Amino acid sequence: MRNFDTDKFKIADSIYSSRLLVGTGKYKNIQEAKSAIDESGAEIVTVAIRRTNIGQDETEPNLLDIISPNKFTILPNTAGCYDADSAIRTCQLARELLDGHNLIKLEVLADEKTLFPDIAQTLYAAEKLVNDNFKVMVYTTDDPIIAKRLEEIGCVAVMPLAAPIGSGLGIQNPYNIRNIVENASVPIIVDAGVGTSSDASIAMELGCDGVLMNTAIAEAKNPILMASAMKKAIQAGREAYLAGRMPKRAYASASSPIDGQFF
Amino acid sequence: MEVLINGSPYSIENNCSVNTLIKELELNGKYAIEINQYIIPRSQYNSKKINSGDKVEIVQAIGGG
Repeated sequence: MRNFDTDKFKIADSIYSSRLLVGTGKYKNIQEAKSAIDESGAEIVTVAIRRTNIGQDETEPNLLDIISPNKFTILPNTAGCYDADSAIRTCQLARELLDGHNLIKLEVLADEKTLFPDIAQTLYAAEKLVNDNFKVMVYTTDDPIIAKRLEEIGCVAVMPLAAPIGSGLGIQNPYNIRNIVENASVPIIVDAGVGTSSDASIAMELGCDGVLMNTAIAEAKNPILMASAMKKAIQAGREAYLAGRMPKRAYASASSPIDGQFF
Repeated sequence: MEVLINGSPYSIENNCSVNTLIKELELNGKYAIEINQYIIPRSQYNSKKINSGDKVEIVQAIGGG
């Protein structure tokens, strides 16, 4: 029985088939990004909002011409913001440039070395953005209390980090992630710190609704192949979760019967 | 008159509308414009005039995680 085709997940009234969300940063060029994203099967892709190059040469195409809002759900992020006000301003600009599209990824950072979020500013910004009719997908720590609080504020998805952005360390505290999943009424999407396919599978085995990654694919030696691996890893982890794993045991439990032994 | 566009000084004609600036800069694709930290909605591009000393920010989407 394959219930995979019916296993869709919902973020803010939109239904998605792919539980892999990907970033568009750190690639050699936009074409490589596009190829990797296509291979990944991702439907939701993040983008950053930055100053246009005025008067520069026109050889580099616009990202959204290649990765089109008609084909993908674009998720603008507030990367690089260290305070709520700049994050809020970024979201407002993103909504304007995407013609009223109000789904955003909120991240307010505290520290350049770890890129851990500033939780106080994140809570404040989330509340302001929700009140301004944004659909907020929020980057946060793996603190279950904060995750629930962000949900209560009205965020449409909560996105706990596995490990620092770009670290590739995988999930550092699976117990916290599981706790967050068990207490959540909104999608929980692991965002940040995934390094390889097993990390993505583990997130899904813990019951997460999806995984957002960028560096794990973009900085692989073969990004397109890694994108393929990640797509399968997410599917495998999700099926394993839905299948209901066997219990862990302290001691062995033989798989072959004792009856009928001839020795 | 002198204005700042994306942090750099720029000379534009007096009484210039946002639309005129867009044409002059040959902007294409999807972008959003702020003047003095206020977002200018697309519907106001023709009517909104830029004043001397204004800080204009023009942003677009680029690759990011």
